Amino acid sequence: MVELLQDKDRIFTNLYGLQDWRLEAAKKRGAWLGTKEILEQGRTWIIDNMKASGLRGRGGAGFPTGLKWSFMPQEVTNRPHYLVVNADESEPGTCKDREMLRHDPHLLLEGCLVASFAMQAHACYIYVRGEYIQERNRLQAAIDEAYKAGLVGKNACGSGWDFDIYMHHGAGAYICGEETALLESLEGKKGQPRLKPPFPANSGLYGCPTTVNNVESIAVVPTILRRGADWFKSFGRENNAGTKVYCISGHVNKPCNVEEALSIPMKTLIEEYAGGVRGGWDNLKCVIPGGSSVPLLPREICDTVLMDFDALREVQSGLGTAGMIVMDNSTDVVAAIARLSYFYKHESCGQCTPCREGTGWMWRVMERMVRGEADTSEIDMLLNVTKQVEGHTICALGDAAAWPIQGLIRHFRHEIEDRIDNYRAGKPVFVSSNIAAE
Amino acid sequence: MSTRRLAKEQPKDFKLSKPALKEIEVWAKKYPKDRRRSALIPAMWIAQKDAGGWLPEPALRALGDLLGMAYIRVYEVATFYTMFNLEPVGEHHIQLCGTTPCWLRGAGELKKVCEKKIGPKGSVSADGKLSWIEVECLGACANAPMVQISNAAGDDYYEDLTEENFGTLLDDLSAGRKVQPGPQNERHTSEPEGGADTLNAKGLYNKVKAKKLPNAVAKKAASKKAASKKASKKSVAKKVTAKKTVAKKPGTKKSAAKKPTAKKTATKKKVKS
Amino acid sequence: MSDLRKVNIDGQEIEVPADYTVMQACEQAGAEIPRFCYHERLSIAGNCRMCLVEWVGAPKPQASCALQVKDLRPNRDGSPANIRTDSEIVKKAREGVMEFLLINHPLDCPICDQGGECDLQDQAMGYGRDGSRFEENKRAVDDKFMGPLVKTVMTRCIQCTRCVRFITEVAGVEEIGLASRGEDAEITTYLEKSLTSEMSGNVIDLCPVGALTSKPYAFNARPWELEPTETIDVMDAVGSNIRVDSRGGRVLRILPIINDDINEEWISDKTRFVWDGLGRQRLDKPYIRKNGQLVQASWGEALDLAASKLKADPETIAAIAGDLADSEAMKALKDLMDALGVKNMDCRQDGSGLGMGPRQEYLMNTTIAGIEQADALLIVGADVRHEAPLVNTRIRKSWIYSGLEIGMIGEAYDLTYDYDHVGTTPEDLQAFLKSTKGFARKLKSAKNPMILIGTGALARKDGAQILRLCGEIAKKYKMVRKDWNGFNVLQTAASRVAGLDMGFLPAKDGLDLAGILKACKKGTVKTVYSLGADEIDEAGFGDAFVIYQGSHGDRGAHRADIVLPAAAYTEKDALWVNTEGRVQMGRMAVSPKGEAKIDWAIIRALSSKCDRTLPYNNLEELRTKLFADHPTFAGLNVAPGADGASAFDPAKLGKAGKVNKAPLRSQISDFYFTNPVARASAVMAECSAVGDSDMINEAAE
Repeated sequence: MVELLQDKDRIFTNLYGLQDWRLEAAKKRGAWLGTKEILEQGRTWIIDNMKASGLRGRGGAGFPTGLKWSFMPQEVTNRPHYLVVNADESEPGTCKDREMLRHDPHLLLEGCLVASFAMQAHACYIYVRGEYIQERNRLQAAIDEAYKAGLVGKNACGSGWDFDIYMHHGAGAYICGEETALLESLEGKKGQPRLKPPFPANSGLYGCPTTVNNVESIAVVPTILRRGADWFKSFGRENNAGTKVYCISGHVNKPCNVEEALSIPMKTLIEEYAGGVRGGWDNLKCVIPGGSSVPLLPREICDTVLMDFDALREVQSGLGTAGMIVMDNSTDVVAAIARLSYFYKHESCGQCTPCREGTGWMWRVMERMVRGEADTSEIDMLLNVTKQVEGHTICALGDAAAWPIQGLIRHFRHEIEDRIDNYRAGKPVFVSSNIAAE
Repeated sequence: MSTRRLAKEQPKDFKLSKPALKEIEVWAKKYPKDRRRSALIPAMWIAQKDAGGWLPEPALRALGDLLGMAYIRVYEVATFYTMFNLEPVGEHHIQLCGTTPCWLRGAGELKKVCEKKIGPKGSVSADGKLSWIEVECLGACANAPMVQISNAAGDDYYEDLTEENFGTLLDDLSAGRKVQPGPQNERHTSEPEGGADTLNAKGLYNKVKAKKLPNAVAKKAASKKAASKKASKKSVAKKVTAKKTVAKKPGTKKSAAKKPTAKKTATKKKVKS
Repeated sequence: MSDLRKVNIDGQEIEVPADYTVMQACEQAGAEIPRFCYHERLSIAGNCRMCLVEWVGAPKPQASCALQVKDLRPNRDGSPANIRTDSEIVKKAREGVMEFLLINHPLDCPICDQGGECDLQDQAMGYGRDGSRFEENKRAVDDKFMGPLVKTVMTRCIQCTRCVRFITEVAGVEEIGLASRGEDAEITTYLEKSLTSEMSGNVIDLCPVGALTSKPYAFNARPWELEPTETIDVMDAVGSNIRVDSRGGRVLRILPIINDDINEEWISDKTRFVWDGLGRQRLDKPYIRKNGQLVQASWGEALDLAASKLKADPETIAAIAGDLADSEAMKALKDLMDALGVKNMDCRQDGSGLGMGPRQEYLMNTTIAGIEQADALLIVGADVRHEAPLVNTRIRKSWIYSGLEIGMIGEAYDLTYDYDHVGTTPEDLQAFLKSTKGFARKLKSAKNPMILIGTGALARKDGAQILRLCGEIAKKYKMVRKDWNGFNVLQTAASRVAGLDMGFLPAKDGLDLAGILKACKKGTVKTVYSLGADEIDEAGFGDAFVIYQGSHGDRGAHRADIVLPAAAYTEKDALWVNTEGRVQMGRMAVSPKGEAKIDWAIIRALSSKCDRTLPYNNLEELRTKLFADHPTFAGLNVAPGADGASAFDPAKLGKAGKVNKAPLRSQISDFYFTNPVARASAVMAECSAVGDSDMINEAAE
């Protein structure tokens, strides 16, 4: 039997907003507690402890956070350092940062101060996706509170460190979740990813050294430091440390967000927290485990797979943002993936050739596959096109557009073949089994 | 997404209101002085609100002039970001999430509701009250299906929709009745329906008390005193000349950076003993 | 050059500078890298993905245009990084990108003006697959209006953004952008307004496909039908290197030739599109004025009449050379005038007093490329953007990439870069000489300061005094030293430097332009030989008998009593000396029109009618004499730059004295109408009208 995470080890104790988000209440829950002492330990101490905690970025790529911070130049020259928090949560299936922004904003703000201090940044911008308008307002209110209380601003928390924090927002572009596109957007331009190198740690916002971190990666920092790297590391397997907020959507009885330890079995997570798969575990068809960009996993794999970076990579998928999209047997999985193909076509910035041209092509072929109006040889052709996009683009959106289709063909090729056959035979191409989805 | 172009019919003139201009200036101050154009997207959003939910062409030029940008750069941004409406919208503008997580839970049915009550995708209802478009994932997947509704009062998410409650919602909006944003069922936010089994442990919300910082310097008393002395000295100095403190910072940082080595050995000793 | 790095390319180890891109390194190793978006004179976009190469060990192929050699980690064993351009991965990557570029491309090559010189065509042949797997409908994109010069067929566009980068970075007007996103992304101007840049035509050359093509040239010819001739442009005194493409005796288009010392890879719109003016308003037969009307005549009649007039008292004769006169023609005319004893000669049609000092007095001594070494520049009374667009782009380049500080005394023009507007009048120039603040301080702290004086500041009554003031400024700020000459006059007429170099100036006791015109009115000068002097007011000649030699029926021909039809600049082999003092050789692309003849030959023929036969029977002999009399002409393609700078004292130029209050301003009022060829061009007229209508629009708004 898997041991579930206890409430006392949850970082986001106001995940559902049942408590007050305001400063006083947040302080009572532990935010802004001893921040000054943390800063007094010095930036090397902070970075070393973050490295020791094993925290890997929570935005999707899973890059070790402490290591990322250590890439910032040691000396500040005439180019100021910046921390930019990526709150452009747009990955389908993901809705965790929203809860942190609106229910636990002070954890995030405190994390911003600590992280900025560690990277010698006097200014931090939090880039919130445009559609999160209430969340923007909430965050701004929290920032105002923090300024008023002297927690940020000049001599933040009495630490002697001057620190300004600003809320910025986008206006509807998934690509701005890519860190360099986000920086472009923050500079008032189209969100088109930049070429790397140079990496943001050398040349980021306004050409200055910049680190971009996900909301969750930053918001967990103060608690990790307060409770110790060892505490954080005690959750999850080696190389997959800590707790994580999972988003469970789709065909479960009780969709929800929940904070749990990494490496929890997927089945446990769904059954213990989300009320199980609609119609029972056996009615499960597949799960996209880490936001729409990662390949789906059929039930056989879901039976045993653990929810962490390495386990999901081993089964040719990924933890991504830990936004799980659950599909039961009633699902037209080809249409579900085709809808994602449309998403990527819609969100491609149009800058580089393979993504601009490939996303539209893949989506159109997928639409025909949904209707069965294709030749079986086109399945391999489509797979080949996804490979032609993957790894050939400036940013990872090309990969993200390719992988869902690759996952579909890997695990449900027979379904596509069936409907091509059915279409030719004049039969209905898709008949939903079991409980109807809609 | 099809090619985004400015509306064919444009007002002859458009001037940003004084409050809008003031708000834009607040934004412009968030960025370094020579980076005013960073405020473009927030400013454009303000302009859209100011113009009644869409961006008339003269507003683009006004923004360009205000932030010192070429019009084509403003135009690029306006056509790139999908939250900018280039055509007039209804009094209540419904943005229906159609991406897979919502689609799996009935976004398709909601679309039909919109089609029936408003018209084809992208249209404004005959009375001008409602308009709707399909948008991509709005990041509320645990409360799918959902829509965002923008109007003069603000922009809110309406979640956990069904064909029925969404139909009622639209009717209420049309009729000018008050509606309640958020989940349209019993849920508070993104907790599982019927209440969470987590975050309810006894004493969880008792006031958290300060504890020793783990891994911190072992001989805390001494070093902490020194640190706090330094800090207090600094804050005294700060009162005299604020700028000097900034200049001094690197020095204090360095001394702080040295600490961990001392601390590490200290902890090791502690473990051994 | 100590920072060299080793890199292994296709098995061949080479050493290159660390800041080389992998693409450059590959080229050095002899490996050809296909590309669309990359252009060496524009910022790197890395968006077409055609230049992908394999970096052995890296998880995915790399864009070689964007990756620098210094960012290549060596292999684990310490050996230089391995780059492959010939592997299966690279072949697949190229095929893939090529396929993506073509799926939505219309493949309308048979009706596309780019056909035959299209990068997409060429690279599809070289690197693409043989068929298409794309079964969907192709995307269509609406064409955009960009003005009278640039024709758009936007469905062909591959979104490489070269045009966006050129207009923004080089031309300095942010007028083209990539709007919308994803597969709907489209190149456009704001609300499809005309491009206003005088450099806009370069986007046609830059466009690797047929999306942006030349509107005036549309459907005129196929590239393989054209006869290319490399020659020199005369629209200004820059001497841009051009290729004139002709077919059947007609010039059909003009393109730039790369010359890093002069025009780099660009030409102005006037240079590029003036060619229709070569076919209009042409003088193709000799004319003689009879009873107030110009009547066709034979060459014999015309030359006889001209000779009879020139045989008169030399005191009553004058000669003026215009802005498009070639060196050989001026030499022949000057030799003839000398032989006739005529002292009244001037090549300074604008009335400036230049040419009295050393050669440095009237040259752009810093040279055009030298601007990139300058760190502070004072412009005096020049609209550089319209007087010499390619000097302007060079200033802009230096302003962007090396932080050139610029100050301006004179009318404030939009030059596409920021400058300190120090003042507008000659008095401000005087004040500046004494100033120690603002831009004066920047100039003082500069290592390589320069001053650039427009001819508008010199061709005025107080021109000599202004020249002296500028010289004093140059001296004060140590602009001239052994290895650097920062004193510059920006000439605008293609003929001027050559004229000054050979002394096409009043002989001792002879009259200058102002004197000649005065004497014409008084009646003491009775015959004027006008070698294409089209910028002089017709009334200026009084009752004098005007012998006009030129190519176009412009102002000069209208006033003429004899018209001797001559060759335009594309119709003769001729030497041109640009504002830097650089001698360049122009070549004949097509024959002169009708009965028109090459300029020097007309004068040679006339000389024998005057019984003063010039001592050369062909161009070679003429040039030999020219080189012997004026050795500077023999130094082809070289600008003197700082040669002789140590002996040059700018503070002695001009004359000390009072200056007046009139603002310093450019002589150019309409960029598109500065010479007879341009004035004959319908395309230039259209361009000029665009500028006007835009102004009206702006005024209305």
